[in-house]
Amino acid sequence: MKRKIETSERIFQVISYVLLTAFALMCLYPFVYAISSAISGRQSVEYSQVVLFPKQIQFKAFSRMFSNNMFWNAYSNTLFITFYGTVWALFSSILGAYALSKSRLLFRKFFNFFLVFTMWFSAGIVPQYLNYLATKKVFNGIGIMDDKWLVVIAMGMAAMNIILLRNAFEGVPSEIEEAARVDGATEMQVLSNVFLPMCKSTIATVALFFGISRWNGYFWARQMISNGNEHPLQVYIRLQLEEFTDPEAMAAWNEVYASDSVIYALIVCSIVPILVIYPFIQKYFAKGANVGGVKE
Amino acid sequence: MKITADDYLVYDDKTGLYRRSAEQSVRDEVEKHYWLNVGRSIVKDWRLYLMLVPMILVFLFWRYFPMYELLGCFKHYEQVKPVSEQFFSGFSYFRTLLVGGERLSVEFWRAMRNTFLLSFYGLLFGFPIPIVIALFFNEIRSNIARSVYQVLTYLPKFMSTVVMTSLVTMLVKQGAVTTNMGIVSQLLVKLHLVSFETANAGLLNNPAFFRSIYQISGVWETAGYDSIVFFAAIISISPTSYEAAQIDGANKMAQMRYVVLPSILSTIVIMLISKIGTLLSIGYEKVLLLYNTNTYVTADVISTFAQRYGVAGAQKGIAAAAEMMNNVVGMLLVIGANTVARKASNVSLY
Repeated sequence: MKRKIETSERIFQVISYVLLTAFALMCLYPFVYAISSAISGRQSVEYSQVVLFPKQIQFKAFSRMFSNNMFWNAYSNTLFITFYGTVWALFSSILGAYALSKSRLLFRKFFNFFLVFTMWFSAGIVPQYLNYLATKKVFNGIGIMDDKWLVVIAMGMAAMNIILLRNAFEGVPSEIEEAARVDGATEMQVLSNVFLPMCKSTIATVALFFGISRWNGYFWARQMISNGNEHPLQVYIRLQLEEFTDPEAMAAWNEVYASDSVIYALIVCSIVPILVIYPFIQKYFAKGANVGGVKE
Repeated sequence: MKITADDYLVYDDKTGLYRRSAEQSVRDEVEKHYWLNVGRSIVKDWRLYLMLVPMILVFLFWRYFPMYELLGCFKHYEQVKPVSEQFFSGFSYFRTLLVGGERLSVEFWRAMRNTFLLSFYGLLFGFPIPIVIALFFNEIRSNIARSVYQVLTYLPKFMSTVVMTSLVTMLVKQGAVTTNMGIVSQLLVKLHLVSFETANAGLLNNPAFFRSIYQISGVWETAGYDSIVFFAAIISISPTSYEAAQIDGANKMAQMRYVVLPSILSTIVIMLISKIGTLLSIGYEKVLLLYNTNTYVTADVISTFAQRYGVAGAQKGIAAAAEMMNNVVGMLLVIGANTVARKASNVSLY
């Protein structure tokens, strides 16, 4: 039986389609505009003839960027920080969360509070800044001259992610663990052969959270990395933006493409890799939004 | 537990004598050797405790040591000395900030006000819109169309703060003799929302527009992604609930009111409480990347105030004191919100 569709329902459906389409286009448009502006000629960008599609197509803004060593440096630094930062954060969080999920761990309440308190209260920017400066001195003292390692090791740990992992580990039935122990599995084997495979999707979600926060990190990287060659991509984009939106510095600009095109090209280049891996991570991204922060 | 004499001596009916209680001697034994047992347990499970070490070290070095440095806001700051050797100044920095009456205190109160307003408006606009979008998603019957809409609306969430603010900066940038202003500014001028002169001077240079730009870009960035939680709650409503309501003659609005809303109410409450908990910890990066000297009046928040005076400038004590006040209030909000959540719905946020 096909039920009659009420008028009110139809009206609501039409409104939904219209407003969602409008919002979706609003979300999409800036990207399209950025791409079009990056490959349009100087006249059309500066006198805003580009509205949707590129005009006077050129690829010089891209080739200028690609031929710049600083750009590739920044990109490789970001990949370095993202990769090692995620690995280090995942390593310490998984081990810590595993230990915390065991009820036979003594002082468990204390350790949990130790974590959760950092979510309630943070010391703030200035003490953190002094702390990182001191850390930098220590790191230099023991021979780690790359400030990148400071960013990798000292920053980006999140108590929230450890708690997500801990909850997932607590959800594994204890019978399975006991069965593994009866078969003579050691602590590390229980973790790697029982817990990790069973909590795969939570681990992927947490890894994604860590990865995104490392890829996006800007403020502390800019404060702590003194050598320009070691700046990650985000810092590089910001420095370029500051340079290119200065009207006085750009008065002498004399190329066949607008100075804005260079910024748009940078923006496009920093989004494209994420768009490429987006289909693979979308599932965990949506899952992450749902688990975020609620504990039964 | 209070131990009385009765715990030690038990009256035995058979012999008519008092004898020592066996349970209590075991309890005493455990009590006496408490630390020995702790030691034994740690030795037995040493792998477990070793696993905790990297995590503990990271949090100790880079989360708890800064809290110790925070003592600096009670002391006369001197760059060359460690915090422990600086002299106490009592609450002088706090007094300067709160009732100093000079430029610093004026700026502090301005930043406090902006922090509150930016987070409050963020809650006011940023919270209901994802719920509405989730309701709209629910109306899209075709799965393919819905996936397309979802992918498009999650898209802005993938940008980093730097890229997002760069894009915003470019879209509303000022005009010059040879170049036109940003495309969004032009649109606003065409719609007669702002005058040509204001837009041409750059909307980001105008304090009147900072809050709107901040909130609109915030909604644009997160509304799609934030709707996931609510959408998940909506699709888990059983279709029979709708059918029952229809049989009772409920139209669309009545269904919203009596079926959908009660079903997602708990999700809404939890999300609202968690948002209130983080009200004062608004991201400083975005403000830092969008504001400039022209817009301090409406844009300067406590974190950026602290950054300007403490990290870029040399008044570390003052800056730390300002942020500490903000963070203590923030902590009280989080703990309060968490308590309310636990009382209201048996769900703890942390």
